[in-house]
Amino acid sequence: MELRRVEESIFKILMILSLVIVMGSLLGVIGTILLKGLPALNIDMLTKTAQGGYYLGKGGGILNAIIGSAYLAIGGTVLAFFLSIGIAFYLQKEYSGGTRLSNLTRLCLDILWGTPSIVYGAFGFTVLMFFHMRASLLAGIIVLALLELPIMTRAMEEVIKTVPQELKEVSYSLGATRLETTLSVVSKQALPGLLTGVLIAFGRGIGDAASILFTAGYTDRIPTSLFDATASLPLAIFFQLSSPLPQVQQKAYASAVILLMVILAISITTRLLSRKYNKYIIK
Amino acid sequence: MNIRRLKDNISSRLMLAATVFACLLFFSMLIGLYIRARPILSLVPISDLLFSSVWGPSDGKFGFLPFIMGTLWVTGLATIIAVPISLLSSIYLSEYAGNSLRNAVKPLIDLLAGIPSVVYGLWGVLAVVPFIKNTLAPALGVETIGGYGVLAGGIVLSIMVFPIIISVTGEVLRSVTQDMREVSLSLGATKRQTIKHVVLRKARPGIFAAIVLGFSRAFGETMAVLMVVGNVPKVPASVFDPAYPLPALIANTFGEMMSIPLYDSAILLAALMLLIVVLIFNILARMVLIKIEKGVI
Repeated sequence: MELRRVEESIFKILMILSLVIVMGSLLGVIGTILLKGLPALNIDMLTKTAQGGYYLGKGGGILNAIIGSAYLAIGGTVLAFFLSIGIAFYLQKEYSGGTRLSNLTRLCLDILWGTPSIVYGAFGFTVLMFFHMRASLLAGIIVLALLELPIMTRAMEEVIKTVPQELKEVSYSLGATRLETTLSVVSKQALPGLLTGVLIAFGRGIGDAASILFTAGYTDRIPTSLFDATASLPLAIFFQLSSPLPQVQQKAYASAVILLMVILAISITTRLLSRKYNKYIIK
Repeated sequence: MNIRRLKDNISSRLMLAATVFACLLFFSMLIGLYIRARPILSLVPISDLLFSSVWGPSDGKFGFLPFIMGTLWVTGLATIIAVPISLLSSIYLSEYAGNSLRNAVKPLIDLLAGIPSVVYGLWGVLAVVPFIKNTLAPALGVETIGGYGVLAGGIVLSIMVFPIIISVTGEVLRSVTQDMREVSLSLGATKRQTIKHVVLRKARPGIFAAIVLGFSRAFGETMAVLMVVGNVPKVPASVFDPAYPLPALIANTFGEMMSIPLYDSAILLAALMLLIVVLIFNILARMVLIKIEKGVI
C-alpha cells in the first residue's frame, strides 16, 4: 500500500519536472536571444539596408531583409489563402460529399504538412532550373505559399467542420445556394478560426529559411520587381552568423530578436483575435 | 436565379481545382525529384549509394552512408530525449493539471511550435554548443570540435519536437473516455495505476503515432541542425562526434553542385530519400490517428 503511494509521488515529481523542462526551454530560448540580441539592436539595423562593407563589420542594417521577408511572407500567405480557403470550403459535405476525394485530399495535406521545408526548396529549385529561371521574389513567394498551404488548409478545415449543420440548413431552407451559405453563414461563423489559420501559416512562412534558400536568393538591395532576388530575415540570421567577425555575428543576434518579436506579435494577435471574435459566434 | 446558380457552379469548380491541385502537388514533388535523381540511380548501384561511406563528388564517389547515419544519430538522440519528457508533460497536463494551468501552458506550447528553426539554431550556437564545449565535455573528459556535434543537434532538435509530441498525445489522451477511468478508480486503483493500466494502454497506438510524427519532423529539420551539428561527412562513433545529416548536406551544397557532373542528381536523390522516409512515417502515423478518431482502436 505504502509502496503505491511512493510510486505515485515519484511519478508525479517526474511529470512536473518534465513540464518544467519544456517551459524552461521555451524561456531559455527566448531569454538567450533577447539577452544577446537586444544590446546589438539599434535604429540603424531597422532603417538602413546593408551598406558596402557591411559584412566586414561596417555600418548599415537589415532593412533589405525585413522588407524582403515582409514581401515573401505576405505574398506567400495571400497566395496560400486563396488556395486554402477554396480547399477548406470544398471539403465540406455539400461539395465533396465526404467522398474518397476528400479523404485523399486530407491525406495529401497531412503528408505535405510533414514534408520538410528543405524538400520544398529542392523541388522549387528543380522547377526553376527546368524553366531556366533564377532565384527571385516570385519563386520565393510561390514556394512559401506551397509550404503554408497544408498548414492553413488543415487549420481552416478544422474550424469549418465545427460549424453546426443546422445553421447551414436554415440557410439552405431559405433558398440560398451553397456558395451563398458558405460565404455568409459558414465563413462568418468560422471567422476567428480562419484568421488564426492565416496567422499561423504567416508565422511559419516568415520564419522558414530552408525553402527559400535557393528559390529567393539573397541580396543587399530591396527588391523592386517580382523577378529580383530578395533577402529575408531567417537567411540574414544564418549568413551573418556564419561570418567569422564578431561584429557581424552581433547583427545576427539582433536580427533574431526582430524575427522573434514578429513571431511573438503573431502569437499574441492570434490569442486576442480569437478572444474578441468568439463573442459573436452562435454556439 | 440563373446567375446565382452559375456563380455557385463556377465557384464549386474553382474549389475543386484547388483541391485537385493540393493532391497533385505531392505527387509532382515525388515525380519531379525522381526524374532529377534518375541519372545517378542509373549509373551507381543503389547499394553503393546507401552503404558506401566514401563521399567525393569530384571523383564521382557518392556514398551516402555518413549522411544517413548522421541523420539517424541526431534524430535518434532527439527522439530519446524528447519522448519521455513530452509524454510525461502531456500526461500531467491532461490527467493531473487543473484547467487554469492547462490554459496557461497551451499558448506557450503553441509559441514553442511557432519559433523559427534558425532561431533555435542560433540558441543552439549561443547556449548549447558553449555548454558542451566548456562544461560537459571537460567534465566527461571527451574531445569535441568546439562543442559542435550530434549531442548539440539532438538537444536542439528535441526541443523543437516537444510541441508536436505533446499536442498529439494530448489529443489522444483526451479521446480516452471518462467512464473507463472511473471504472478503474472504483476498483480501488490509484490514479497512477489507472493511467498506467487503462489510459495509457488504450492510448498506446496514438502515442506511437505522436512519436512517429515527432520523429519525422526531426528527420527533415534543416537549418537548426545545420548550425550546430559540425557538418563533417564521417559516420559518427559517439554523441560527441560531429555529424552531417542529409538535410544539412542539401542546404550546404546547393550553390556549388552545378559545376560537378552528377552532383546535382545526388543532392536531389538526398531530397527524394527524405521525402520518401517522411512519407512512410506520416502515412503510418495518420492511419493510426484516423482509426482512433473513428473509434476503431
